[in-house]
Amino acid sequence: MSRPTHRRPEYRKINKDLFVLTYGALVAQLCKDYEKDEDVNKYLDKMGYGIGTRLVEDFLARSCVGRCHSYSEITDIIAQVAFKMYLGITPSVTCNNSSRNEFSLILDKNPLVEFVEELPAGRSSLCYCNLLCGIIRGALEMVHLAADVTFLQDRLKGDSVTEIGITFLKKPEEKKYRRKK
Amino acid sequence: MRARSAGRSLGAGGRRMADAVLFEFLHTEMVAELWAHDPDPGPGVHREQRHTRVPTATCSASASCPPGCGALCVRKGQNMSLSVLEGMGFRVGQALGERNPAWLPPSSSPWAPQAWPGDPPASAWPKCLPLPPRLSRETLAYREELDILKFLCKDLWMAVFQKQMDSLRTNHQGTYVLQDNSFPLLIRMASGLQYLEEAPKFLAFTCGLLRGTLCTLGVKSLVTASVAALPACKFQVVIQKS
Repeated sequence: MSRPTHRRPEYRKINKDLFVLTYGALVAQLCKDYEKDEDVNKYLDKMGYGIGTRLVEDFLARSCVGRCHSYSEITDIIAQVAFKMYLGITPSVTCNNSSRNEFSLILDKNPLVEFVEELPAGRSSLCYCNLLCGIIRGALEMVHLAADVTFLQDRLKGDSVTEIGITFLKKPEEKKYRRKK
Repeated sequence: MRARSAGRSLGAGGRRMADAVLFEFLHTEMVAELWAHDPDPGPGVHREQRHTRVPTATCSASASCPPGCGALCVRKGQNMSLSVLEGMGFRVGQALGERNPAWLPPSSSPWAPQAWPGDPPASAWPKCLPLPPRLSRETLAYREELDILKFLCKDLWMAVFQKQMDSLRTNHQGTYVLQDNSFPLLIRMASGLQYLEEAPKFLAFTCGLLRGTLCTLGVKSLVTASVAALPACKFQVVIQKS
């Protein structure tokens, strides 16, 4: 069999496909196990939380982010460094309120839904990508930041964009944050 | 049971790609989450067994199970989780295969004669004479199969786990044993004999993945896995002849 030995780009594509397909299989299985959309959403969030608490260590080890001085910086890092690193996309960030603790990530492309055309029948309130909310929430909690993370808009539900809302729940302290090394 | 911190994984086997890490973490959560839905195994669990196998068939005996029994003796609940994970792996393996038509072996017909170096071209062989024994139909089928298994060990493993399988053995009669001495989904857990009983949960999905990929490549199989000492494991592929 004559095959080229180095096929890096294809391996990366397959690896990305692997994650997206596995996630799809997981959502399908959860839909089988739970009748209510809220339960599926809840479990996806919970699983995402578990992933996020561990992923943040991996992220901090790979990236060399310095100290953050504001929620806005943190959200920028999530969008421009973390999303880019793990999913290859860079959502845009908007700030939603004057006290600067509510932000939105607008996802133009979403690799998780690459193979999904529409939500399954009878699953209109399913937040297909709810794992992402849990991941962000779990990661932030590990660096001592409490936040509410939910989907504000979802293309799969007919909205024009997919929007994740992050609401930081505590005011920043006087001291600067210390990042784990 | 928590996986170890990321610091550990950066040492053993080198740093994995960021997106590979995402799959790994998702897999760990899936094992923990899907397992939680089923009741604990009762006293029927065969704890003396050093080699625990991912079952495709269950042993219905309980305390009187013979020592050489290949199936993990568990109550139905636990078995369901393993087969759920295996089923998910199967669907993913199929989908991966379908999305990568370049994976199909070069000759799509299993009966196409494959010239060996030094052979005269097929056209030179008189049609009235049978092919020489080494190009018989059975040999061709096994050569094709072996190529497919080699592909799994090299390309599939490289794409999914960023490493190749460490060894491939076969009895040339449709059974293959693929050995990975440091299986990435087990590395974070432990080394040695600790958590040996937990290991099958972390292999079920991959067994399904292998079975699904083989299915897309036109091969029906049965895949089981066994662990003697983490993080080394063996996948046994038995080709099913219809």
